[in-house]
Amino acid sequence: MSESKLLHVEVWRGAAEGKFQSFDVPRREHQTVLDVVTQIQREQDATLSYRFACRVGMCGSCAMVVNGRPRWTCRTRVSTAVKADGRLRLEPLKNFTVVKDLAVEMTDFFDKNRDAKGYFEPHKSWQDLSQRQFEIVPPASPQRQAADAGIECIGCGVCHSACDVVAWNEDYLGPAALNRAWTLVNDVRDGGQEARLGAISGSAGCHACHTHMNCTQFCPKGIAPTYSIAGLKRAMVSRALGRSAR
Amino acid sequence: MIEASHKQPGYIAALLHRLAGLALAIFLPIHFLALATALNGADALDAFLNVTQTPVLKFAEAVIVVALALHMTLGLRVLAVEFLPMREHTFLTVSICLAAAIAVGLLFMLNVG
Ligand code: SF4
Ligand code: SF4
Ligand code: FES
Repeated sequence: MSESKLLHVEVWRGAAEGKFQSFDVPRREHQTVLDVVTQIQREQDATLSYRFACRVGMCGSCAMVVNGRPRWTCRTRVSTAVKADGRLRLEPLKNFTVVKDLAVEMTDFFDKNRDAKGYFEPHKSWQDLSQRQFEIVPPASPQRQAADAGIECIGCGVCHSACDVVAWNEDYLGPAALNRAWTLVNDVRDGGQEARLGAISGSAGCHACHTHMNCTQFCPKGIAPTYSIAGLKRAMVSRALGRSAR
Repeated sequence: MIEASHKQPGYIAALLHRLAGLALAIFLPIHFLALATALNGADALDAFLNVTQTPVLKFAEAVIVVALALHMTLGLRVLAVEFLPMREHTFLTVSICLAAAIAVGLLFMLNVG
């Protein structure tokens, strides 16, 4: 593709209040949306704020709303995101407080991992050193498989941005934190299940999910938080019926 | 502009599910009021039932039947997604739910018409 072709880009400037600013960016073959933002920031307007780190889909810092759809911008080609009219509209993620331009405040989002007890809590026998031994987790076991399905989350916030329930209830733990909790519910070495299921049982927990599937539709890592949350709902029912959570 | 997340089959299913539920919630009290006319004697009920023979109301009845069927199929889908450890192809399952509900509505119209 010739470099003379220009891409018309509208970029959100400001915070909660603000407006779109237009830029024309030279079109390049295989160009990613992040390349476009970088071109603007380096060549046209150094005051543009945005976030990225790895550029290869690992760190989860570059997510934005691209033409109305939350995406990881470093792995999104302009050619797949652009509309028929050749326009690109870039906004910060929804359901986050905007710091400036395309950069959002992620603190609350990450805190929700903690609130959902999305961290490993070794079970009792592990705290006794004399008992400590290697725990064997067979890769083919159902629990390990269930954990595997959700383990590759990069914390990009795309699902959080896409979720209507997050938009309706800011306390809702959200798809990413609940997915994280589900991977731990399936960790046979973990001893914190009671506290975890307690943490995710409230009105802001897994039962708030309406199974809209937006998170699953948009997760760039192909994770299906909806099914993880469904797993948590089942774990809750099992717990209520007095069966083990797993 | 409709947001991308509001054009997904899962969201549309949820929307239709709620609208169908709302339609049923509005219909039920009317239904009970209709039955209650029987308390004023057979004539009152018959007079009311005559009104329901108009084409507009027959069509409305079919709509309610579709709403009921839709509410059920979509409800079964949500139960299946949440309680069976299964993964669905959302577009396909939602389409099947819709098709089944419309089929029920057509059958109803055939029988009534
Ligand atoms: S499935 Fe649940 S968590 Fe995912 S977007 Fe829908 S409501 Fe949110
Ligand atoms: S579940 Fe997917 S969309 Fe959500 S934060 Fe993790 S990687 Fe991003
Ligand atoms: S820059 Fe790291 S995921 Fe995009």
